[in-house]
Amino acid sequence: MIGLTHYLFVALLVFALGLFCVLTRRNSLGILMGIELILNAANINYLAFARFGPATYDGQIVAIFVIMLAAAEAVVGLAIVLGIYQTFHSIDVEATETLRG
Amino acid sequence: MAAAYLRWIPLLPLLGAAVLGLGGAWVQRRHGERAVAAIACLPVALAFAIAVRTFAALAAMPAEQRVLVDRLWTWIEIGSLHVDVAFLADPLSALMVLVVTGIGGLIHVYSVGYMRGEPAYWRFFALLNLFTAMMLVLVLADNLLLLFVGWEGVGLCSYALIGFWYADLANARAGSKAFLVNRVGDFAFALGLFLLFWTLEAHAEATLAFREIDRHAAALAGVSLGGWSVLTVITALLFVGATGKSAQIPLYVWLPDAMAGPTPVSALIHAATMVTAGVYLVARLDVLFALAPATLAAIAWVGAATALLAAAIAVVQNDIKKVLAYSTISQLGYMVLALGVGASGAAVFHLMTHAFFKACLFLGAGSVILALHHEQDLRRMGGLRAAMPRTYATFLVSALAIAGVPPLAGFVSKDEILWSALSHGDGGLWLVGWSVAGLTAFYMFRLVFLAFHGEARSEHAAPREAPAVMTVPLTILAAGAVFAGFLGWPEVLGGGNRLGAWLAPAAAHGGAHASHALAWELFSMVASIAMAAAGIAVAYAMYVRGLVAPERIAAWAGGAPYRWLARKLYVDEVYQALFVDGVLGASRVAARADARVIDAAVDGVAAGVRGWSRFQGAVDAIVVDGFVNRVADVALAAGGRLRRLQSGRINAYLYVIVAALVAVLAWQLG
Amino acid sequence: MDYALSWMIAVPLVGMVVVLLLPSAAHNAIRWAAVAATVPPLGIAAWLFTVFERGDPDFQFVERYAWIPAFDIHYLVGVDGLSISMVLLTALLCFLCVFASWGIEEGVKAYFALFLLLDAAMVGVFVALDFVLFFLFWELMLLPMYFLIGVWGGPRRAYAAIKFFLYTMAGSVLILLAILGLYFSSTPHTFDMIALAESRHQFTEALQYVLWIAFFVGFAIKIPAFPFHTWLPDAHVEAPTAISVILAGVLLKMGTYGILRVNYGMLPIATAELAFACLAALGAWNILYGALCAMAQRDLKKLVAYSSISHMGYVMLGMASFTQQGIDGAVLQMFNHGTVTAMLFLLVGVLYDRAHHREIYGFGGIAPVMPIYTGFVALAFFAALGLPGLSAFISEVLVLLGAWQRTPWLAAVGASAVVLTAGYMLWTLQRVFLGPLNERYASLPDISAREALTLVPLAIIVVALGVYPMPMIELIDATLATLNAAVLPFL
Repeated sequence: MIGLTHYLFVALLVFALGLFCVLTRRNSLGILMGIELILNAANINYLAFARFGPATYDGQIVAIFVIMLAAAEAVVGLAIVLGIYQTFHSIDVEATETLRG
Repeated sequence: MAAAYLRWIPLLPLLGAAVLGLGGAWVQRRHGERAVAAIACLPVALAFAIAVRTFAALAAMPAEQRVLVDRLWTWIEIGSLHVDVAFLADPLSALMVLVVTGIGGLIHVYSVGYMRGEPAYWRFFALLNLFTAMMLVLVLADNLLLLFVGWEGVGLCSYALIGFWYADLANARAGSKAFLVNRVGDFAFALGLFLLFWTLEAHAEATLAFREIDRHAAALAGVSLGGWSVLTVITALLFVGATGKSAQIPLYVWLPDAMAGPTPVSALIHAATMVTAGVYLVARLDVLFALAPATLAAIAWVGAATALLAAAIAVVQNDIKKVLAYSTISQLGYMVLALGVGASGAAVFHLMTHAFFKACLFLGAGSVILALHHEQDLRRMGGLRAAMPRTYATFLVSALAIAGVPPLAGFVSKDEILWSALSHGDGGLWLVGWSVAGLTAFYMFRLVFLAFHGEARSEHAAPREAPAVMTVPLTILAAGAVFAGFLGWPEVLGGGNRLGAWLAPAAAHGGAHASHALAWELFSMVASIAMAAAGIAVAYAMYVRGLVAPERIAAWAGGAPYRWLARKLYVDEVYQALFVDGVLGASRVAARADARVIDAAVDGVAAGVRGWSRFQGAVDAIVVDGFVNRVADVALAAGGRLRRLQSGRINAYLYVIVAALVAVLAWQLG
Repeated sequence: MDYALSWMIAVPLVGMVVVLLLPSAAHNAIRWAAVAATVPPLGIAAWLFTVFERGDPDFQFVERYAWIPAFDIHYLVGVDGLSISMVLLTALLCFLCVFASWGIEEGVKAYFALFLLLDAAMVGVFVALDFVLFFLFWELMLLPMYFLIGVWGGPRRAYAAIKFFLYTMAGSVLILLAILGLYFSSTPHTFDMIALAESRHQFTEALQYVLWIAFFVGFAIKIPAFPFHTWLPDAHVEAPTAISVILAGVLLKMGTYGILRVNYGMLPIATAELAFACLAALGAWNILYGALCAMAQRDLKKLVAYSSISHMGYVMLGMASFTQQGIDGAVLQMFNHGTVTAMLFLLVGVLYDRAHHREIYGFGGIAPVMPIYTGFVALAFFAALGLPGLSAFISEVLVLLGAWQRTPWLAAVGASAVVLTAGYMLWTLQRVFLGPLNERYASLPDISAREALTLVPLAIIVVALGVYPMPMIELIDATLATLNAAVLPFL
């Protein structure tokens, strides 16, 4: 019988993968992908708690909201990446150091 | 009585002046000098006709009511001050109008010839017309303020005509001098007018109209002002004004210079009409002056002194016009003397006869000057008798008249003045007047002999007689010089002195001519004839026969008296140093004080404020702003160190975030 | 016609907006717009002149609207015999000065916009009957004046403009303080000048002294009275011709207008006490001092400027006589000086436009080159030296006649200046126009039709008011009689 703990474990795994991806990737797209993983880890948690918690739709609603947010974030993020590419001819985050103090 | 035609007497010449002043240049260019001359002469001729009519109308009235009034409009009305633009014709002003329009008209005609070929012909006639109009306003004015309009108006025309040939700066200067000296007189005139007005307001009725003044004059008789009779002060101030216009001591200095103008101007303005305005003013205010014996005494002596001084200076002048100018001053002195002894009728009589013979002398001199191509020095004339017979004849007649040879006009009027002085009980005045008669005869005949007799000393060959347009007026004026005297032919010689009766119907035929005085009057007459004869004889001896060389007399007493007279007693120089230079000096001081004290103070305040603000600025920059800057420096230094944390690398930030999160979690959970 | 006075203020302001909306390069359109904005006020002024009720000393054509009711501030305008003469003068000179400004080529749009603002503000000063409104217009007038001198002026324009501005501001401060003093000492508190004049009896003597001196110094700077006069020669020398005309023709009158309106109307006790020292003696000194300074000038404009100081002295002397003749003469002199001095400045401007200098000694004998111009100059000069038959004579005689009644010695001092005035005027005439021709100027063109257009109306007025001054005297007489009667009991 698969219980709440399994879901939470999967979610933790996905979050850890996402965080690792965000921290280690030098490619902007990679970082964006990592963020997607983190968001989806959160979604798994929401749905798991919704399934095993009190019988409300709060979890599902928030999950849908997060999916929408993720889409918007991807749009904005990709636009920024595109902008960075046009300016620096690279999407390597190491190359975009102009804000260094 | 109302007479609406009076206004046309001054208005017609004014109209002529307006037409010529605004369109004269066009008329002259388009229609020539003749059209200009016609426009100029016609109004004066018409004015003369109206003047004759006025005179006739007055003569037809009963002697006591001879007054014609033409009221045009209210000029100024404020509070108690009410001044009309109104014209008044009474025996005195009607006579003056006749003189002005009559002699003025003749001089207009003469000028048509004299000014021929002048580029600014129109301007000359415009000014001459304006002058005539203003002179007529002066003599016809019904009140003092309107008289002042004419008074200043003739001054303006005199200014413009003296400086008519203004391209020569000396002429322009002479014009300015005339105006300015007259202004000094006007200053006193104005003060006299103010004082008269307010005294009348306080003690009788506020007015400036002549007839009202005459009516209320007696009410002022007892009023005193700071220890003086107020009438003495008023009349003295007004008389100072008169000394300006009538060229008396101390304001006579402008008249000799005024000879810079064209000769007809000298004849009209500076001999026949304008210079008599002062005499007219005193005669007009006869009633007022009669109540101020102290002023009258001063007037008489001013007149006598002027007559003597001017005659003495005339003796040594070599410029033909200057001789005549000083002669005019001297003759005006006679008139003023007559005013001073209360014989205003005699003064006006002499004014009239003088207008004839002096105008004739000036115009004759003008013909001579023109014939000799603007030569005015007597030493370079001579022998003109043959070349210019008509001019010579008229000149000689006028010279005899002014010298006082009976029965010519000058004899009659001068004699009346001398007799008035004597009968007034002042032998000193008579003595001065009597000696001036001798001087007059001498300098006039010196002039005649030098200019017309002897051999020609001019480098200009063959001088020619003037054209008829000039000699006809000369002849008419000479006729006047012969016959005008009969208007006032004295009773002692079987005449009726009709002029005296015309001017002063009430005072005429008084007891002054009592039988015991008759002998004295005859004595005065004989003495003055003898004096005139002596003067002529001396002139003949010196300048025709050459019995005494003039140079020997000039060198008498080391030449000092001659030099002093020739330099006009240095009065011009003294005035220049005292008044003109004084005022100019004061003006320079004022201007310098204005720039260096007052304006400098203003600039100093401004500089002070700016200095203070600079100091404040420095304090602000060093102390106040310094503190702010130190604070900022600290912040900047701190920032410089902290900036290194910002690497610009997203991953680095993320590591920090995660590390911080972990740390917070560890702290919270642990 | 309703709102006549408001229209006189509004039309130039509308004109200013129109000028601002026109393209900068359309010089002629701007100029004609300025003409169009100054004609209606002139027409209204002429209409006011014909319908003004002569015998009535009170305000006419009054308009009153609440503005800031909390402080009892109103939009309150109206004219009486004193101000209508000044309104006439302002409307006339502004109209003529548009034509006199025709030659401005730099910054035409800004120039005419500022000029029209100045026009509106000047009319406002004369018609405002609420102190706040009065002060508003008083200050509003400074702003365009500052720029008009400072931008379009001569070489030392910045100095002159700042001097003018600071001087006038110093006066304004005093005036503002005095206005507030009047406001707080009146019960009920009011800025209404009619009400303040009517309730003048409630001001104590001590208060009147303080306020009188504050107002007097503020206004004396404008007249300008010795020793506050030195801004005037500088401002005149640097200002463009038309602005000199406005400055001398209208602005100077605001000083004497203010003294009559405020000091005489509201502070009669102090007026009676202080008039001798501050107005009569100072006026006589102004006459003499101005004339002496004028005599020593070498710059034509400076000469005219100092002659203005001298002639404004007559206004002070006349109003301090407290005789009907003197006070009428003073206001008449304000009007006459406005027209005569306007002619003088316009004429100097004409010469400057041709020769590009104003040095009196730098000309000589130009009369035959410019005969018509010389004719105008002669008329203006003789009017300025008080030739009888021309307008200034009437006012000067009235002033001196009136002054003689109260202070004969000061009248004599004032009268003595007729000699000095004649001196510097004639010598100037002689140095510039007479004598041998200076060959450098042998080909100067005579006066143009546009220039003549600005001079002819003034010349006509100068002659007409000399021959028949009653229309103007009737206009001002009743109001001034009332004003005088307010002070007389305290003498």
